This record gives sequence, structure tokens and C-alpha cells, in this order.
Amino acid sequence: MKRSLLITLALVVFGAHVVLASTPKNTLVIAHSIDEIITLDPAEILEFSGAELAANVYDRLIGYDVDNVSDIYGVIAENWNISGDGRTYTFNIRKNITFASGNKLTAEDVVFSLKRVILLDKSPAFILSQFGFTPDNIAETMVQTGDYTVKITVDKPYAPTFFLYCLTATAGSVLDKKRVMAHEKDGDLGYNWLKTNHAGSGPYILKKWKPSEIIILDVNKRYWGEMPKLKRVIVRHITESATQRLLLEKGDIDIARNLQPDDIKGLAGNSDITVETRAKGAIYYLGLNQKNKYLKIPQVRQALKYLIDYKGMESTILDGKATVHQAFLPKGFLGSLDETPFSLDVEKAKALLKEVGLEKGFSVTMDTRNVEPTTSMGLAIQASLALANIKLEIIPGEGKQTLTKYRARNHDIYIGRWGPDYMDPHTNADTFARNPDNADDAKSKPLAWRNAWDIPKMTKQADAAVLEMDSKKRAEIYLALQKEHQRVSPFVIMFQDIEILARRSNVNGFILGPSFDSNFYYNVTK
Amino acid sequence: MKVMLNVFTPRSLSKAFKQTIRLVAIVGVTFLGLLLVTFLIGRVVPIDPVLAVVGDKASADVYDRVRLEMGLHLPLWQQFFIYLKNVVSGDLGISVLTARPVLEDIIRVFPATLELAFIATLMGIFFGIPLGVFSAVHQGSFLDQVTRVIGLFGYSLPIFWLGLMGLMVFYAKLDILPGPGRIDVFYEEIVDPVTGIMLVDSILAGEWEIFWNALHHIILPASLLGYYSMAYLSRMTRSFMMEQLRQEYVLTARVKGIAEWRVIWGHALGNCAIPLITVIALSFGTLLEGSVLTETVFSWPGLGLYLTRSLLNADMNAVLGSTLVVGTIFLSINMFSDFLYKVMDPRAR
Repeated sequence: MKRSLLITLALVVFGAHVVLASTPKNTLVIAHSIDEIITLDPAEILEFSGAELAANVYDRLIGYDVDNVSDIYGVIAENWNISGDGRTYTFNIRKNITFASGNKLTAEDVVFSLKRVILLDKSPAFILSQFGFTPDNIAETMVQTGDYTVKITVDKPYAPTFFLYCLTATAGSVLDKKRVMAHEKDGDLGYNWLKTNHAGSGPYILKKWKPSEIIILDVNKRYWGEMPKLKRVIVRHITESATQRLLLEKGDIDIARNLQPDDIKGLAGNSDITVETRAKGAIYYLGLNQKNKYLKIPQVRQALKYLIDYKGMESTILDGKATVHQAFLPKGFLGSLDETPFSLDVEKAKALLKEVGLEKGFSVTMDTRNVEPTTSMGLAIQASLALANIKLEIIPGEGKQTLTKYRARNHDIYIGRWGPDYMDPHTNADTFARNPDNADDAKSKPLAWRNAWDIPKMTKQADAAVLEMDSKKRAEIYLALQKEHQRVSPFVIMFQDIEILARRSNVNGFILGPSFDSNFYYNVTK
Repeated sequence: MKVMLNVFTPRSLSKAFKQTIRLVAIVGVTFLGLLLVTFLIGRVVPIDPVLAVVGDKASADVYDRVRLEMGLHLPLWQQFFIYLKNVVSGDLGISVLTARPVLEDIIRVFPATLELAFIATLMGIFFGIPLGVFSAVHQGSFLDQVTRVIGLFGYSLPIFWLGLMGLMVFYAKLDILPGPGRIDVFYEEIVDPVTGIMLVDSILAGEWEIFWNALHHIILPASLLGYYSMAYLSRMTRSFMMEQLRQEYVLTARVKGIAEWRVIWGHALGNCAIPLITVIALSFGTLLEGSVLTETVFSWPGLGLYLTRSLLNADMNAVLGSTLVVGTIFLSINMFSDFLYKVMDPRAR
């Protein structure tokens, strides 16, 4: 009796349903780790996956060609001109744009959106406020001069690309003022509403966001540009690389975004699946705290740069996920330096250590986030430092925990990953080569400060670079700065990130840009 | 009947009253202690809670302002007091990570865990108890040894490995079960969440196709958790049964000529019921806390993942809120099994 019941049950469960083995024709299904998203308000988004989402829901004043970053063009702005003194930018806004809500996009929306970033003063506000905008002066510095014209005045004659690139960041997204303000409460400029909602003019609208679970985007039927090919995009939160791979192989997802090198290798030879890569701006580096009595010795800093097995790590642990890069500006940025003067050279490192009487080595700790590939990199570095008798103790910790310690300057060595915030070289120069105040209670905490590296001269050079109007000369300043940086800095810059995306071979047109806010879905077909 | 008649005597009323007071006091003190300990742990953890809100790149001004907004400049006792006051008025605060009220988050994630835990426990009972009985009756037999090995595997194999293997075999190779997630992607957002339990919601909406899909999806993760629950229950049942089978009433029953199956499944197992209830309730309670690894492998958005992620990001409102829920569950399960004890065993009244 029991047996026949079991069999019947099994038949009902397994037999009654044929498992569908492909995704719907008009829907793009992406597996991606999206639990880092804590807000959907463009004035607050700094996370990678949040920036990607905003890029597909909102339009910005200007954009850049993802394959040729120096080609900047208008998106919402039809064109612009810059005053003779280099301080006033006048943008002419396109007249044919309608928000997803049906409201017309005008200069009022543009000014509102930019002012809102300054007024709300959330984490990304610095991207705009570094041009001298404050809540007190935005009435004069950001002005609507007509229905479709906007005038913006910055405080110094910066290199134009510096300001324009900052407007291409997520914080520069243009919001539907009417829709946002309809949800304003207690003067919050709609912030508490927009955190979980959308008010854009981009190719897609947000249908649903369930944190750490799913994002559903539907096509914006009022989109002013070329209509997206697919009606719907579903981003499913899946963290496990092995799980993503299984789903992709079965055709239950179209694109897997977080595959580890092992799984990428396992997919080789499968003609149903194509792997695409794109260099991203993030940089892997070691920060050497100058408060440590050994690490502050210049020879020790240089010795450590020769004690990293760059090539070895690149071909094993990172295998396709990162490429050797040793300067603070990532490839693809204006003035980036491609030279890689360092390689594993134990003899040279030993000689440098001998110069300062440390041939017997020393002990030092390294705070290491317990995520891959950081953990494996830590072990590899431990092994190569041991070749010169340096005893490295790895202190594993959660991301936020190690970061808290790093920001308090309590570490010896920190193994970090730094992503640029906008496409201008200043974004990284600002943190790797600037330290306006090295005091313990300094207001700003750039990476140079976190490693207690006091560099008044280099800070001045970096400041001068943003005021250089001539792109060619500006690039030269950065090249020189990076060369000097390689020679003296307490940063062992090792790799540049590569984003790997594996897709079903019938899925084409996913635009992988150099930054997460330039990953676009609208062109995807299948 | 006798019990029923006694219910309304003054003595029993005052006893019931005293018991209620005692219960309320116990619950109150337990929750206060629970919150206090969680709160203190949250403050001792070397993670800066402001970082979770503003991220690494915020300017110093933004950082300072948020710190003030979060009340982190206040003395610890004051922070705790404010939190307590809010909880009593039903406000669990806003989660930093999801930007939503914690209560709303929990209502969203908990049904997923509940659904999984319930089916898993059913499976554990369905297979674990008979297996336990068999191996107690046939001690040292081949079946007993097999059960022991199965139980041992259940204890010792890492669940994420088993989960991946299960997906590899039943999903990737055999293609009889679907992949991770609660339902297939194209069924997303068709059924409105009423209870949050997919199996129930789909029936309520009359979407049978989605019900079958959800059922398919739950089989693998639930079997996995059910396996662990089964391993535990079978071992416990075995030892309870062995004790019962040694009792004289079993001998008496056998002498009286009662069929062996009735002696075992009726008399002996019946007497194991009470300790078994406690064991089942506790194992159910443990599953309700959420199994982080299973939830990760199967992309099952449940309480375990929510709690872990909140803890690692020092999202204290979410951590305290989830702790309250888990505490409530354990307390009520304990009280429920106490109650069942009283119903089933007159001596415990």
C-alpha cells in the first residue's frame, strides 16, 4: 500500500511536468550577484551593480564611447559650449525626450537632478561637489537659462574633460522632477521614495526590486532613442559560481556574470556558450602602512615590489580575471602608464633589504578579505615574501571589518581593490597620489592617507594636473606622476580587473563598457 | 472529561492566572536578555556601522552626518533604550542594506524559509522515524548498519557539497528537477504574494502550473535539509525505541499474543511519541533559523541569508529584528511542545 502510494506520488511529481529548458524569447535572464545594492537613488548609488542598473533606467547629460573613452558625446544634452575662461558650461538639452512617466524632459529636470545631488549630500556627492558646488551657491552656479538650456559654473578653470567625465557618472543621471517631487516627504527631495523606485527616461523601467533576490526591468515604451530589442530583463541574484554555470549550461539563464576561473575553464569547448571579457577600471594593490617601522623604509617598499609573483598569479589564481598592471591609472584612462617595471626578482629584493640591514627579514601582518580571489592572492604573496625571509601573517576578515581597520590606519599591509568613480584620471590620482592632510584626524581619507604617506609635493602636482586644459600636456603630467609613484610609493600596484561574462551563443549585443555604469542591455538580441 | 469539569473551579482559575503571569514574565525577560546580548555583540564587532550606509568613498562630512543620524554618538545604554522603545511601539527600524523596514524584509524572507523547513521536517519524519524503528527492532542487522551509515553521512557531509552534487545529478544530468531558485524565471511576478509561501500562494491564485513548478523547485533543497533532519530523527527514534522495547509492558503485550507489528508500531512507538515531539520541534526550530549554505547553493532567499548578510554588514536593525523572530520561534516551539506534553501525558499536567 505504502509502496504504491510512493510510486504514485513520484509519478505525479516527476511526470506531470516537463521542465522547460530555455528562457522566454523576449526576455533576457542574467545571473548576477546583486546583494550589494543598497539604494536605487542615482544620487546615492556607488555600488557596481547599482550603477549598472541606473545606467539602464536613467539617461545622463553626456556619455562616452565605450570603445574609445576619449570620444565624449551628448546624450540628454544635444551639445554644449565652454566659456573662454573655462568656468562656464552651457548645455543645450534635446527637445524630444519624454520620461517613462510621460512627463517632458526639460532643463528644469536637469538642474533639479544636479542640485539634488549636492543638497542630499550622499556618498557620491563628492563627484560634483569637487567643482565647488555647495548648497549655498547652487542657486547661482547651476542655472536654468531657458526651457532647454542650462548654465553651470565651476569654481576653477578645470580641464573640461574632468568635469564632463564626472557628469557621465551615475550621480549625473537626470531625474523626472515632477514624479520625484510628487513623492517628497518632509523636504527629503523624494529620497526615501526613490531609494526603491525609479524616475528615469532610459531604455528600461524598473518593475521590481527584491533585495538580494531579483530585479525585473521592462522596456520603457516611451523611450526616445532606438527601442530596446527585448521586452524584459530579469536579473537573478545568484552568488555561487558553480550554480551560475549549471544554469547557463542548461540554458535557464542567458548570461552568467560571476563565474570563477575554474568554471570558465570548464565551459571551454562548449559551442553553446561564448565568453567575453572587458578590462574594468578596478585595481588590485597592496597598501603598506608608513606607520610600520619596516614598511616606511624606502628600500623595503621597493623590495616588496620585487617580491610579488605577478605573472604567476595572473596565470593561475586570476586566470583571465585580471591582468598585470603596475601604475595607478588603469589602462583606457587618459595618461595611463603601461610599463611594468616590476617582476619577481628575489635577488634584487634581497640586495635592497641588505642595504638596510634586513637581510634576515622581518615579520609583518596583512589584512585580507575572505573572498576570492583575495584570499588566494594573499597566500601566494605570503609564499613569495618568504623567499626573502619576510614572514607574512595573514589576518583574514570580513570586507567591512578589514575596511574599518584600514580606515583607522591600524594595519601593516592591506590587500585592496580600488575602482574609479568616473572616467577621468583624477579619480585615481586623487586617492593614490594626493594626501592634503596626513594628521590622524584629517577630514578626507584617501588611500595615501590610509597608509600614512605624507606627500605635499605630489599632492600639488596632482592638483595642478586637473587645471591643465591641454589634454596632451595633461597626459604627460600623469605619466610622470605615475613613474615617480612606482619609484617611491607605498603601493604595490599589481593588477587591473577584467570583467568576464559568459553568455549563451545566441545572445548578442550586451554592451560591456569600461565601467559598470557603461554596461548596457538595450542592444541585446537573442 | 475529568479535566474539563475541573477547568472552572476557583483554584484552577487562580492557578491558570499564576501560570499566565509566570509565562509573560519568562517571555519578557527572555526577549530583553536576547535583545541586550545581540545589541552588545553588534556593538563589539569591529565593524563600523556607518560604513555600511555610506560606503568607503563618502566624504568626511557625509560620514559625520550619517553617524549623527544613526545616533551612534550617544552612550550605549541610550542607544539601546531608544531601540527598545521603538520595538515596543512595533517599529523594528529600517534595514541599511535593503532600504526597507526590517519588518517588511522579514515578512518577505521568512515564508521562504518556513516553506523549506516545513517540507524538510515532513520528509525527516516520514523517513526518519520508520528507519529508526526498524533499526531498533533489528539491532545489529544489515538494515541497522545501513541506517547507521546513512545517518553518519547525514551528520558529516558538508551540505553545500551535497547540494551541488544534487543539482549536478538531478538538474544537469538527469533533467528531472529544475535548477536553483523558488520558481522558474518566467513565472516570476505572476502570483501576488499573500502568504509569501509559494506553494500556498499559487493555489490561492489558481495557478496550478506555478504550483507544480514551485513544488519541483522545493524537492531538492527540502530533501537535502530533510536528509539531515532524517539522520537526526532516526538516531533518536532508535534509542527511544530500544529503551521502550526493554520495558515489561512490551513483554506483557507479546505474551498476550498481540501481533508483533502492533506491539512495535502501536505500543512501543506510542510511548516514544512524547520525547519525539520535543526532538522534532527542536529540529524544526533549527531549520527555521534558515540554513545559510542551502540557501546560498539554491539561491533561496530566506532568513538565513538575510541574517548572515546583515550581521556581516553591521546592519544592526536587521540583525536585532531577525533575532527577535528566531527567539520568538524557539520560545513558541518550546511552549507548544510543552503544551503537547500536557495533552498527551496526564502526568505532566
